[in-house]
Amino acid sequence: MSLRQIFDRIEPQFQKGGKLEKYFTLYEMVESVFYTQKSVTTVAPHARTFTDMKRIMSYVVIATIPCILFGLYNTGLQANMALASLGEPAMTGWRIGLMQALGGFGLNPANPLACMFHGLLWFLPIYIVTLIVGGIWEVIFALVRGHEVNEGFLVTSMLFVLILPASTPLWQVALGISFGVVIGKEVFGGTGKNFLNPALVGRAFLYFAYPAQLSGDSVWTPVDGFSGATALSITSTDGMTALASHGITWWQAFWGTIQGSMGETSALACMIGLAFLLVTKIANWRLVVGCLAGMIGFSLLLNVIGSSTNPMFAMPWYWHFVLGGYAFGLAFMVTEPVSASHTNAGRYWYGGLIGFMVVMIRVINPAFPEGMMLAILFGNIFAPLIDWFVVRANIARRAKRNA
Amino acid sequence: MAETRRSYLVDPLVDNNPITLQVLGICSALAVTSSLKVAFVMALAVTLVTAFSSMFISMLRNQIPSSIRIIVQMVIIASLVIVVDQFLKAFLFDISKTLSVFVGLIITNCIVMGRAEAFAMKNPPIDSFVDGIGNGMGYGLILMMVGVVRELFGSGSLFGITIFQTVNNGGWYVPNGLLLLPPSAFFIIGLFIWAFRTWKPEQVEERDFKIQTAEAH
Repeated sequence: MSLRQIFDRIEPQFQKGGKLEKYFTLYEMVESVFYTQKSVTTVAPHARTFTDMKRIMSYVVIATIPCILFGLYNTGLQANMALASLGEPAMTGWRIGLMQALGGFGLNPANPLACMFHGLLWFLPIYIVTLIVGGIWEVIFALVRGHEVNEGFLVTSMLFVLILPASTPLWQVALGISFGVVIGKEVFGGTGKNFLNPALVGRAFLYFAYPAQLSGDSVWTPVDGFSGATALSITSTDGMTALASHGITWWQAFWGTIQGSMGETSALACMIGLAFLLVTKIANWRLVVGCLAGMIGFSLLLNVIGSSTNPMFAMPWYWHFVLGGYAFGLAFMVTEPVSASHTNAGRYWYGGLIGFMVVMIRVINPAFPEGMMLAILFGNIFAPLIDWFVVRANIARRAKRNA
Repeated sequence: MAETRRSYLVDPLVDNNPITLQVLGICSALAVTSSLKVAFVMALAVTLVTAFSSMFISMLRNQIPSSIRIIVQMVIIASLVIVVDQFLKAFLFDISKTLSVFVGLIITNCIVMGRAEAFAMKNPPIDSFVDGIGNGMGYGLILMMVGVVRELFGSGSLFGITIFQTVNNGGWYVPNGLLLLPPSAFFIIGLFIWAFRTWKPEQVEERDFKIQTAEAH
């Protein structure tokens, strides 16, 4: 019996009036893993397109693959370099034990595959916890509310993992994704109705709840006793010249072999993902242009103004671009269609606002060396307002024309 | 009559709660709930001010000219708040310092004004007094519930007594710093409202609009 026949045979049980009617959501979830949905929109307006929600979401997950691969490598690389410098006393934990049992495979910083393996040992537990805990919340809400379990969660969970430091405790991962899914998305009605980016809501929750595990100098490399500041925090305390003395070059930051959250360090990987999203038209290029213009414009202005006390004023735009979460946020979060502005004119303003805010927070706010997360959440909140002004302006323009 | 007085006292606890149903007094609920002791004193202060101001306003209700009634109400409420403020400064100086401006801001607390305007102006003094106590307790109940969550998970203690030994003191509990920040009370009050309205579906407001579904046609 083919799989299709099995589905066809059990489907009536889940339909209205069937014995298992309440669990239609679960049936639908399993079926849509294997087959395209049969249901089509029955009400106007009709627009024919090859992209459905499932395809959009899968494309975003595909676009994160370069970031995942590079994240694995860099996590392992940073850990292995730290272990090499600290030596035997830092060799603790089950991951080290496992790798030593495998004959030391994974501990060699010069071997990219070894680094990826080491990184995987940090990445996988976090990802699995995120999928299980977040998935449970998704299914609970889908059953109670009677909506479908949506592929959007795969995107949320992947983005959430990529913006966490590798050393995040797993129970905090579970709390963060719970908060992100429930408060960031489900209370507003689920996928497509979230005005904030759920992955960022989860991370912001952890950032404010447990600052010791989500910020500072010792969280980015998962090795006890190792302290490695991010490039942004080096600059905010010691200035641009300190970057060179820490051995951080622009190209290195562009490739991504620097301290940072798991998936965000490589601007190159993010740009590959962004290019994929732009070509497939999942991401709207106006958002990207706006965000770049806002960031470049404001950082140039700050360069001109200058400051004798705040070294961040001197950071040029091409450094802002490669450091911290800017490239990652630009590729995967600014371009998220639901929480961004929906009008074309509004998209420039929305992107511009985020670009402006990220430089503002990084440079002028002394409390946070990194600003992309807060800038995007800030932009999310303003997106509907921007749309409202754009629509009003259009109404006013048309009224004048036809007066 | 006894039955109605009872409902004046009990209704504001859940069925007509000033915070979760009427969504009043949120500002102070955000500011003073990070520790239970402070929340308790605040709840007590608001209860007393609401009860006595309602009673005094109700006594004067037939004398107060309608055109200046807000001013008269404010004078009565403000006098009571000053009494409470002075009392706290004299006997509970530490808590008074933590509460700082929020004692003074009881004057502008919507619950106090709301009861004066909506209830005390139309009802006899004893009823108004009971209604004030009831609403103060409804406010206090939510304050305490929020306070329990925030203090227990934010600093691992209740009324300053350690329940979860925190990591900094050699224990196991990693305190949740977000809960000590005022915005966290927004989420917590929101979650309580959600829980209350799931428990009592008649409190759910009517939807402003309905989302069109495919089946509708």
